Amino acid sequence: MGTTAAEQPLVVARGVVKRFGDHAALKGVDLTVHRGEVVVVIGPSGSGKSTLCRTLNRLETVDGGTIEIDGQPLPAEGRELARLRADVGMVFQSFNLFAHKTVLENVTLGPVKVRRQPRAKAEQRARELLDRVGVGSQAEKLPAQLSGGQQQRVAIARALAMDPKVMLFDEPTSALDPEMINEVLDVMTGLAKDGMTMVVVTHEMGFARRAADRVVFMADGEVAEVAEPEAFFTAPSSRRAQDFLSKLLTH
Amino acid sequence: MDPVLENLDLFWGGFVRSLGIVLWAFAGSMVLGTALAVCRVSPVPVLRAVGTGYVAVVRNTPLTVVLFLFAFGIPALQVNASFYVFGVAGLVVYTAAFVCEAIRSGINAVAPGQAEAARAIGLTFGQTLTQVVLPQAVRTVVPPLGNVQIAMVKNSAVVGAFGVGGELFSVATRLTSAQGEPRLPVYLGVAAFFLLITLPAGALLARTEQRLAVAR
Ligand SMILES: Nc1ncnc2c1ncn2[C@@H]1O[C@H](COP(=O)(O)OP(=O)(O)OP(=O)(O)O)[C@@H](O)[C@H]1O
Ligand SMILES: [Mg+2]
Repeated sequence: MGTTAAEQPLVVARGVVKRFGDHAALKGVDLTVHRGEVVVVIGPSGSGKSTLCRTLNRLETVDGGTIEIDGQPLPAEGRELARLRADVGMVFQSFNLFAHKTVLENVTLGPVKVRRQPRAKAEQRARELLDRVGVGSQAEKLPAQLSGGQQQRVAIARALAMDPKVMLFDEPTSALDPEMINEVLDVMTGLAKDGMTMVVVTHEMGFARRAADRVVFMADGEVAEVAEPEAFFTAPSSRRAQDFLSKLLTH
Repeated sequence: MDPVLENLDLFWGGFVRSLGIVLWAFAGSMVLGTALAVCRVSPVPVLRAVGTGYVAVVRNTPLTVVLFLFAFGIPALQVNASFYVFGVAGLVVYTAAFVCEAIRSGINAVAPGQAEAARAIGLTFGQTLTQVVLPQAVRTVVPPLGNVQIAMVKNSAVVGAFGVGGELFSVATRLTSAQGEPRLPVYLGVAAFFLLITLPAGALLARTEQRLAVAR
């Protein structure tokens, strides 16, 4: 076909189904993310946004459909899967920094244990990344000694240290006090500008407008609409998106 | 206490041999129990089933029955070893089920997000356990694990009753039955020598708990 690697999409999900008991959290979801693209996923609570995010690196197994990362189907288990996960960065709502390790150790663990980098090199790079996200002076502290915003920026640095092909963010600012939201969004906007491929689940519409190349609107386990941000926010085409946005405005 | 003092060398020999049983059983049950706990949290269904089945069966079988099986059942299968080995093996098998449960509950007490974050950066199952989950589980695991092992020390007396020979319980039997020494002082002596193991073990446990609490 003559498609080069650069044109091939980085993430391709086709017909992904996920059930929890009799409840279908994902009812056949398609999603394609191209290199350098920022896709923002929005939708009401319980619509399956987190579940979609978590299936993309198989923190959640799927009951149907296929997922490919960079042309490779997601392996089911074991070392292959671990290797693939190293290429897919993930940032959680609740940060999930390793509580018993310092900030610096949090960032170097993956590069040293998974990428087999020499410790000195991993530490140097970790300090660069911590500086980049603005927490360089906190490197020797334990996560519990940091504010939520600082912890989340460390979590972003931890993911970046693996040199991921794509980064997944699941509501990275939802657990933060309002005054800390922007410091995290600023880091994410910077990443987007630098060309990082990103899938971002968020309720921050400002960020979606500013940074997204596309908005994916989910409702009830399905993708109800995919659009460019401007079009989506000014004139959503699906009924459910219209409802969702009008409720956001009135609140 | 004359019967004890007069036979102090016998008691001392018995103490050393009992201590040997305890140390072997400690090491063996820690290794086997940890392996079983890893099975119980592993992503492989067969291993999980093995771990769960083992614990269910062994934990609900009386120690004496386990020891009977080891002392008389296994030799019947033409496997030859000393009573000492069978006794220790029985104690290991029995204690490991409790070690497994103590470690597993410690693992479950670690927030699930910790293991998810570890998997998300590409750590394997083994690395996730050794680098992230187990170091955080230690704190919650030490107190119940200590209690399991102190119970094991006391259970080791039952192993002696199966005729391992030479350890404290056998010394007592020999002194009371063969040499007709009065029972009360002899068994008080046995109790004292067991306390010589359990009391320091308990103190060590308390200190470890304290150190871990401070390090938090
Ligand atoms: N581990 C689980 N066990 C059972 N049901 C689950 C589980 N995880 C999610 N669900 C269900 O799947 C559906 C989708 O959940 P999901 O967390 O993906 O929604 P969401 O869009 O991320 O919502 P929110 O905005 O509240 O985070 C919900 O109905 C939820 O109750
Ligand atoms: Mg969610």
